[in-house]
Amino acid sequence: MSASTKKVLGVFGLLMVTCIATSIFSDVFLSSFNIENLMRRTALFGIISIGAAFVIIVGGIDLSIGSVIALVGCLLPWLLTQHGWSPWAAVPFVLGLGLLLGLLHGLLITRLGIQPFIVTLCGLLIYRGLARGITGDQTVGFQGNHPDLRFFGDGGIPITESFALPAPVLVLVAVAVLSIVFLRMTVWGRWMFAIGRSESAARHSGISTSTMTILAYTICAGLSGLGGVLFVLYVGSAQPVDFGSFYELYAIAAAVLGGCSLRGGEGAVIGVIIGAALMQVLRNAITLIDWINDNVEFAVIGVVILAGVMADEVLRRALAARMVRQQRKQA
Amino acid sequence: MTEAGRGCLLRARGISKRFPGVQALDSVELELGVGEVLAVVGENGAGKSTLMKILAGEQRADEGSILLDGEPFHVRSVSEAMSSGIALIHQELALAENLDVGSNVLLGREPRSFGFIRKRQADDLARQALARVGLDVAPGTEVSGMGMGQRQLVEIAKALSSEARILIMDEPTSSLTLAETETLFQVVDLLRARGTSVIYISHRLGEVERIADRVVVLRDGRNAGKLEKSEITHDAMVRLMVGRDVSRVFDRTSAGQEEDALALHGIRTMAHPAHQVSLRVRRGEIVGLAGLVGAGRTELLRAVFGIEPALEGTVEVAGRQCRIRTPGEAMEVGLAFVPEDRKADGLLLEESVRTNMVLASLKRLARGMFTSRTREQDLARKMIDRLDVQAPGDTTVVGGLSGGNQQKVVLGRWLARDPEVLLLDEPTRGVDIGAKDEIYRLMDRSVSKGRAVLFASSEMEELISLADRICVMHEGRIAGELLREEFDEETIMQLATGGVRP
Repeated sequence: MSASTKKVLGVFGLLMVTCIATSIFSDVFLSSFNIENLMRRTALFGIISIGAAFVIIVGGIDLSIGSVIALVGCLLPWLLTQHGWSPWAAVPFVLGLGLLLGLLHGLLITRLGIQPFIVTLCGLLIYRGLARGITGDQTVGFQGNHPDLRFFGDGGIPITESFALPAPVLVLVAVAVLSIVFLRMTVWGRWMFAIGRSESAARHSGISTSTMTILAYTICAGLSGLGGVLFVLYVGSAQPVDFGSFYELYAIAAAVLGGCSLRGGEGAVIGVIIGAALMQVLRNAITLIDWINDNVEFAVIGVVILAGVMADEVLRRALAARMVRQQRKQA
Repeated sequence: MTEAGRGCLLRARGISKRFPGVQALDSVELELGVGEVLAVVGENGAGKSTLMKILAGEQRADEGSILLDGEPFHVRSVSEAMSSGIALIHQELALAENLDVGSNVLLGREPRSFGFIRKRQADDLARQALARVGLDVAPGTEVSGMGMGQRQLVEIAKALSSEARILIMDEPTSSLTLAETETLFQVVDLLRARGTSVIYISHRLGEVERIADRVVVLRDGRNAGKLEKSEITHDAMVRLMVGRDVSRVFDRTSAGQEEDALALHGIRTMAHPAHQVSLRVRRGEIVGLAGLVGAGRTELLRAVFGIEPALEGTVEVAGRQCRIRTPGEAMEVGLAFVPEDRKADGLLLEESVRTNMVLASLKRLARGMFTSRTREQDLARKMIDRLDVQAPGDTTVVGGLSGGNQQKVVLGRWLARDPEVLLLDEPTRGVDIGAKDEIYRLMDRSVSKGRAVLFASSEMEELISLADRICVMHEGRIAGELLREEFDEETIMQLATGGVRP
């Protein structure tokens, strides 16, 4: 069993334990309404977490995810309701904007050699500022229009009388399948993993490391844009000041929990989705369980992520020690 | 055997040090007198740096003793060596660029009360130290704006201010201009006059002639001889450096053809922008690049392969002129490059032999845009067989293999692409003897199939045994070219150290 499979199983176990524990302490947890809600939120966060995973796999970081969500999420209703754009124009426009921002990040990082942290931190500030500036810091919404478009965010496919499969789950499945195929089955996916392991070795092997890095940032911001569209379709309106705020941290945390190493070169899409689910279940549990003070949400999530990363580090050292032993035996 | 009237300050006896697979030092003796400038010379890998690291407390000897002022001296750390008055000035200077000159000079020894630096006293101390090396700059000067020569002097001032009695300088002039070098020599003269002892390590024998009171020559980790002041000449040093009987460690089977496989015209690299390199390698030919560390061999190979593209010059592969701006383009025209540092630049250490082996062939092996597991596995297994990689299987993690097997994986990655020209940088560094021989055979077999090999090596035996021709580089240019019948270690060393053909 590979190290990444072990990690995925580990976080899956953690998810199961959290689910069982929460269902013991809360009657509402297993209600179909709550599960539907959880699945929807997991799907939305899963999509942006997969985006974060691409960047983390090539050894980078994207802090601008939440602000891209804010910009796209505010622009879409703003264009539709205040400027009367058709959804056929507005949706491709905002999705294209997301991709373009990612392309820009990638170019700044590879061509100018600016650190990813700085580039995307500036992105975080700039796009949030733009979203607030364009909308005059006013809440923008669909005002009850565009019900068919909003289906993708808050709709669902009825399965039983009380349970409908949330539409974002279908989007997540599509994104996940495409990402798995890309990362695991194509040449480019392999190149991304190689770059994360050792950019120098990848370059010395004739791989165009800058093109692949640009592609990773473009995919990440593109998926952030998609997430922004779905989030605003789900919520129905967006407040520029805090829409999508902190979502980059949820996305990065889900990716890391799901087996991505911030050193790069490691990660599995399934693990990332489980990581996103775990984050949502934890938030849900904190709300549902009476004796947990809701205000400690961040602290609990922080502790869980830290525990996960510590376990990963212990595992890594054990593997490294084994490698040294193996080498010694050969010598 | 110190100069008359001057006491022996440091005496190292029977120093031995073993690293995995190599005896770096074998019973080396060294004496240093008060106020003496002792030069230690030798080829790459002769053991100079290891010996200096032991004296400066960076490494510990396996055997042997050191006497300082006649007392046994057991040095266990750099700070211990420094408090006993021994300071090593590294080739790569270790100044904190973000701090000013004064702060650097006093780093870690700042005069302070309750944690606050006493600024005035610090400035005075720094000024005194700078004056001792004749450096006329204010303690508040930014280091980042200074040239290499001035930085070197700051390093020396730093060592002197910590009461160093013995200064070890490792290749101090390698990045200095002629004028800066002259200033450094004046400072060394000044130090000598004041009774500070200097151990001076340099490849530049001309400088050694100028500055040294005595020379100790190391060869293969042993004392090869010593020269007193009157005996120090370029030729005498070279003779001692190469005095070994160089045996052919490998017998070549093939010979070059007429056609050029690789031709370089006027290649200018960032490392030595003032010089151009032109050379050609014919099909079926192995050309060796000899030279000392810093001669520009690695930079040349990296430029040809597009890692740091050349500033100027053209590359022809198999008679066709090529534009090479990236390794990808180099690969497409049939070049392959095995870098010097396989752990940093060659391998994905945490990945399997297979992943590493197919890394440069992924596109070729893919079906459309999808990678093919079976084709990759077939190729990896084929190359494992062909190169006789000692690994339990193609999914074994590369990081756990021995150096030789790791190197075979990198070689296999390129041989799998069937390149026209193999560029190899120190192909057998950190590789055990058995695997070395296998790598030689692979190189020989490669050229017998009409490929060409251009390899840089610091091992004389390797160059002389494998190459059809040797180009000797010195400070960014080709100082001379030798045909197989002209191979001779002394000639190579003369050319590599800036001398002329004997």
